[in-house]
Amino acid sequence: MMDDDAQQTELGMSNLAGKEPFNLLQGLIALQHKHHYIPSDELERLAAASGISETHITSVIDFYGFLHTMPHGEYEILFSDNITDQMQGSHLLADLLSKGLGVAIGTTREDLRVSLDYTSCIGMGDQSPAALINGQTITRLTPSRIDQIIQLIESSTPLQQWPEELFVVDGKAQRKAIVLDTEYTSAAAIQACLDKGAEAVFNQLEQAGLRGGGGAGFSTASKWRLCASAAAEKRFVVCNADEGEPGTFKDRFLLQSHADRLIEGMTLCAAAIGANSGFIYLRGEYRYLLESLQSALDQRRNKCLLGDAILGHNDFNFDITIHLGAGAYICGEESALIESLEGKRGIPRSRPPFPVTQGYNGLPTVVNNVETFCNAAMIIQQGPEWYRQVGTPASPGTKLLSISGDCDHPGIYEFPFGTTITEILSCCGAHQTMAVQVGGAAGRLVSKSEFNRTIAFEDIPTGGSFIIFNQSRELLRAIENFTQFFQHESCGFCTPCRVGTSLLVKQLNKVMVGHATTKDLEEMSILSSLMKKTSHCGLGQTAANPILDGLGKFPKLFQSRLRATSFEPAFDLDASLEEARQLTGRDDPNAHLEGGGV
Amino acid sequence: MSNHFTLDGVTVPFTTGQTIMDAALKAGIYIPHLCHNPEFKPHGSCRLCTVNVNGRNVAACTTPAAEGLEIENETHEITTQRRLLLKLLFVEGNHVCPACEKSGACQLQAVAYHCGMLAPEFVHFYPKRAVDASHPETIIDFNRCILCELCVRASHDIDKKSVFTISGRGIHSHLTINSPSGKLGDSDFTASDKAARVCPVGAILPKHKGYNKPIGKRLYDQAPISQVGDVAQHQEATDE
Ligand SMILES: Cc1cc2nc3c(=O)[nH]c(=O)nc-3n(C[C@H](O)[C@H](O)[C@H](O)COP(=O)(O)O)c2cc1C
Ligand code: SF4
Ligand code: SF4
Repeated sequence: MMDDDAQQTELGMSNLAGKEPFNLLQGLIALQHKHHYIPSDELERLAAASGISETHITSVIDFYGFLHTMPHGEYEILFSDNITDQMQGSHLLADLLSKGLGVAIGTTREDLRVSLDYTSCIGMGDQSPAALINGQTITRLTPSRIDQIIQLIESSTPLQQWPEELFVVDGKAQRKAIVLDTEYTSAAAIQACLDKGAEAVFNQLEQAGLRGGGGAGFSTASKWRLCASAAAEKRFVVCNADEGEPGTFKDRFLLQSHADRLIEGMTLCAAAIGANSGFIYLRGEYRYLLESLQSALDQRRNKCLLGDAILGHNDFNFDITIHLGAGAYICGEESALIESLEGKRGIPRSRPPFPVTQGYNGLPTVVNNVETFCNAAMIIQQGPEWYRQVGTPASPGTKLLSISGDCDHPGIYEFPFGTTITEILSCCGAHQTMAVQVGGAAGRLVSKSEFNRTIAFEDIPTGGSFIIFNQSRELLRAIENFTQFFQHESCGFCTPCRVGTSLLVKQLNKVMVGHATTKDLEEMSILSSLMKKTSHCGLGQTAANPILDGLGKFPKLFQSRLRATSFEPAFDLDASLEEARQLTGRDDPNAHLEGGGV
Repeated sequence: MSNHFTLDGVTVPFTTGQTIMDAALKAGIYIPHLCHNPEFKPHGSCRLCTVNVNGRNVAACTTPAAEGLEIENETHEITTQRRLLLKLLFVEGNHVCPACEKSGACQLQAVAYHCGMLAPEFVHFYPKRAVDASHPETIIDFNRCILCELCVRASHDIDKKSVFTISGRGIHSHLTINSPSGKLGDSDFTASDKAARVCPVGAILPKHKGYNKPIGKRLYDQAPISQVGDVAQHQEATDE
């Protein structure tokens, strides 16, 4: 038997400074990281130590994309499978790697040296194609980098000894506006709150008109006020750094290059609402940022900006714990995120009650996006007029965009709200643009005729993803990619999204292979509208957007692939005989049916 | 007037803390549902009880009743929506009603009749799911599970056993059994558990009996579900 300390380390609790209670998900992530799977003896041990049944633990493992109970390779490689990666040739590169290493995609090599698979967008759209290797990010893949990786793996070179240039993630902004151009002054916002009080902070955020950067655009002042006024012993501050929306990577940039602003913003929130603990929920795909974030927290602890008696105020204690995600887009939804923070499967809760009154452990919780906290800190530092000097009346200030796809300079751009799509396109060097997907897979497909529209909550709202398609692209591929993404990421809780996302994938596939009829298109749009109206959370409500926008704005894409008939069977009788043919070793004409379907 | 809302034009009273579903059930108005059972905390997963409240779609079982709401329940649009949701549930699993022991007393089937669903239309998924016959008194046919989590809730909240858990994600979500072998026979489950009597469909069934009521005499043969109500309360009654 291990002593308690060893056990805590074993369960991945060491980073919690021994203060936090046991957390199942974080424990599982640590085991997965160590063994590249969760071995059954570890599972038994975990069950015995925690008193949680093995079945329950397995149900959590089976929910998260990055956790498994079957052995995986010593090197576990996951190719980012966003449309932007595909546009940069990621599938060809994955095939090269697959051939070179002799391992089929989606499998583990027999000698357990290497596993290869795809994963949802890993947030590297400006430096794609990208992949994760044992949780570390490799960017800008090329055929020669693939050769290099093959050699490193075949020679069993430990990951720590791989050339550093493979792991470089660029952390610069392409365009700065007021927020990124203004210097951050350490502790200015926290000091202001301690001096002037919480109400002054809420008022200033309200005057600034700050709205959430995660996409929904809820008033930050209202959220903080609601949480502060909820009667409770304890409150929590949670930073949503799950950034799973395909094509979004602006939070990655902030976490990497402006962690101090984020921590300042969270500490400001804590001071204003009266919280002692906070969490950064960092998506598993950004594990490469874990160390730098930990050290940013440590530095602030050393400077009395975090921990006990912050800035010498004996009654202001606040600390932050980082929790990792494990490959589940739904955990970006705030109530699913809280479930995940509690160590459970990330199933969105019923609302009301909202997190501001009943969040983490049932206590009032502010959940804000990374950008929101950073902006809150800067607004309190600079004053509300500073923020309001740009933007529109309904959407003051600026927005960080993650620009990827067909343009000369993909990357991070800060634009005032109210900027037109045309201006953005010309700024990032986009040519012959056919369409832009604004707001990620859950966002909207914007066609050329709408490029005079603007980025703003009252026009085209966005969490920050901006994917450009030029005229050479097959938009249907993007629509298919997004639709598959939602099928993969649906949590499965409610009927319309769980079943609907799968049906949409099937029907879209029928279109792609040229078997669909007008009836199938009708069925797709009926299903899409059902999902929008009846799904339990935002995922299901937006999952059909790509198809609805495609059908609405680019109907020819679909119609040109239709069969002339009004009905085409979904069931191919001849194809279904294939298994029997293989079993009997026959392939003569009599073993086939003419015409196919019934 | 205070503490009233209207449901399809009918005035319905409610008390503070009630959901739309609670108040409707109390008033004897049927809002189609599958995952809801008034004995348990509302779940809101089947989405069948989605109603339109002042232009917004919400689940009646999880939405608090509020003064003056104008709620639409049995409109053409909502019934069409419900038919679609039911079709999704049918194609997701393997439901062969004529051969099913629960036929005639099955809530999924009865709600489908109520909503006028005739055929599933969408492509069937034909998932490969096993049957668990390991328990001496009870059989589980996963082919018919609709993931309402009523057995999960009953076993956890009332039996205090947590025999059932949902595992997996998305379309791979499935019911699992908390026992060393994953089989029901190996778990703490007994036929006298609450969890044995809450399944609205033919997924959890008593062994050694079946088809014991002739067609015409079965629960929903007598009167439609809008009058008869949930099967669970009748399962309770027959057992006692
Ligand atoms: C499916 C889904 C995924 C989401 N993912 C994220 C995310 O990755 N990051 C984020 O900040 N908000 C995400 N959100 C929005 C959050 O639920 C929530 O609104 C946000 O964190 C609130 O912060 P804000 O007010 O600062 O924007 C997501 C919402 C849904 C429905
Ligand atoms: S809409 Fe999708 S992701 Fe949201 S609760 Fe329902 S199944 Fe889960
Ligand atoms: S469970 Fe209900 S719907 Fe399913 S086969 Fe049995 S009777 Fe039919």
